[in-house]
Amino acid sequence: MRHIISVLMENEPGALSRVVGLFSQRNFNIESLTVAPTEDATLSRLTVTTLGSDRVIEQITKQLNKLIDVVKVVDLTEGDHIERELMMIKLKATGQMRDEIKRTADIFRGQIIDVTPTTYTVQLAGASDKLDAFIDAIGTSGIMEVVRTGVSGLSRGEKVLSL
Amino acid sequence: MVVITGQVMSHLIGEDAFQETDMIGVSRPVVKHSFSVQNPEDIPAIIKKAFHIAESGRPGPVVVDIPKDMTTPTERYPYEYPASVKLRSYNPVSRGHTGQIKKAMDMVLSAKRPVIYSGGGIVMGDASNELTELAQMLNVPVTNTLMGLGGYPGTDRQFIGMLGMHGSYEANMTMHHADLILAVGARFDDRVTNALDKFCPTAKVIHVDIDPAAISKTIKADVPIVGPAKSVLAEMVSIVKASKKQIDKEALESWWQQIEEWRTRHGGRFRTDDSELMKPQQVIEMLSKVTNGDAYVCSDVGQHQMFAAQYYKFNKPNRWINSGGLGTMGFGLPAAMGVKLNFPDADVACVTGEGSIQMNIQELSTISQYDIPVKVICLNNQSLGMVRQWQDMNYESRHSQSYMKSLPDFIKLVEAYGHVGMKVDKYEDLEAAMQEAFSLKDRMVFMDIAVDPFEHVYPMQVPRGSMRDMWLTKTERT
Repeated sequence: MRHIISVLMENEPGALSRVVGLFSQRNFNIESLTVAPTEDATLSRLTVTTLGSDRVIEQITKQLNKLIDVVKVVDLTEGDHIERELMMIKLKATGQMRDEIKRTADIFRGQIIDVTPTTYTVQLAGASDKLDAFIDAIGTSGIMEVVRTGVSGLSRGEKVLSL
Repeated sequence: MVVITGQVMSHLIGEDAFQETDMIGVSRPVVKHSFSVQNPEDIPAIIKKAFHIAESGRPGPVVVDIPKDMTTPTERYPYEYPASVKLRSYNPVSRGHTGQIKKAMDMVLSAKRPVIYSGGGIVMGDASNELTELAQMLNVPVTNTLMGLGGYPGTDRQFIGMLGMHGSYEANMTMHHADLILAVGARFDDRVTNALDKFCPTAKVIHVDIDPAAISKTIKADVPIVGPAKSVLAEMVSIVKASKKQIDKEALESWWQQIEEWRTRHGGRFRTDDSELMKPQQVIEMLSKVTNGDAYVCSDVGQHQMFAAQYYKFNKPNRWINSGGLGTMGFGLPAAMGVKLNFPDADVACVTGEGSIQMNIQELSTISQYDIPVKVICLNNQSLGMVRQWQDMNYESRHSQSYMKSLPDFIKLVEAYGHVGMKVDKYEDLEAAMQEAFSLKDRMVFMDIAVDPFEHVYPMQVPRGSMRDMWLTKTERT
């Protein structure tokens, strides 16, 4: 099953490599990974989406907790949560395709953030499967470049991941 | 262990400078944590943190990488070594959950075929007395892992030997048939469990460990308890003392009868009539005799290590030092030197083979330099015995890279370094020679002992079987 694991960790050199190293060393899977400092500059928040059985996920959270730099770990998929991923996609946009892309982007509530006579760049945010659906709708032949941030997420309601 | 590594000057880092290596990077997979010094004034606090992390919780090595310019003698800083250390992201547990411990003891007292399976956590966690008290109060059999030997007295009736791949017949049988396993400071590793899906089918598992990640990693624990072995076991002892419920003595009696039957079946016997040369097991038994089972025994990796684990009777914790799950040949001699430096009056033996000893043979020089009179017991079978044993058993005796046709004359070698060499090739000479070696208190002695090159370590678990599936001799299987 797919899990979204959120990690609060010391914003220190080497911390990220320890997390990434742990995943490769123990043969854990990484679907996506995103990391940035939080409002407290001494802390970073890392979100990793991973696939695994309950036993594997239990090991992942335990092994993450074991890292000295890691302050807190939560598996967001255990409760109600919100997840978003941002994608920027550069498309060939000539002739009829210009209208078609615009229409599709509107349907997906995307925005065209860069325009040239031959290209459109669309920005789209949402759950990962929505981004996948947009790619499917556009068709791969017109895609010049895709960049995705990986999943970020947090729990719904009062629940927070903090010190 | 705290390792201080020297690094190139900080302005050169990342430029592939002379002798530059990313020490933090290369050591990352094998350390508990590491620090890179960025400012000289941080050094005292970092060292304090390093030792705190290395010693507490589940102990582990910590690397402190110090660029050369961080210790420039012309630059001076006030030296302030912090009195205490606090890390917000690191708080190892100091005691187990009382509710879980009570639940566990209720299960133990209800068990009919219980066994205590204890590991290196007992030795590291200084919990040997508590373990012994609990086991003896309950009259429950105790088996130790390779790292746990000495955690429970090896000559006690309740001790059923080491378990696992080369564990005793009775230990593996007891585990397989148990209805309750109390695992303390052990981690159900693959050299213990054999095939996970066939592991101890009738047993409930209580697992006590200071490392939460060790619990339910391979074998699911019915009652997990995260905490230091010492305090958890002490709590268990006081629960049993206060409990009105008693363990079922009758059931335990017939359990013991069964165990004794198993004990007599194999009982650690080995043949001595199939070879002209002496058997490695005999050498270890003699070592145990000559040192009254009270030496510090360090070992390398291979057959000699297993024989030492099986035939040396460790009655005290911290007497058996080997590299365990890492399985690093070459560990024995430096380890023995470290032990001897710390306990200069104790007998310290390095049980090794002619393969392992050559991994760090240059330490013979360090031994001269610092005058560290350890005794090397080299079981010379002219081959990498354990590798050859596997080739015998699994590859139809097609031996590859496991024989030694290029051995040095060890006696000449150690004499060249200024030490004492003794060659023994007859069992009749062994006792006197070993007595003499240990009587030379201030000399390093290397005993090159010729043993049967065809001997195998038994029992040996059958691959992908359960714990009770073992080869007992070259021809006899359970």
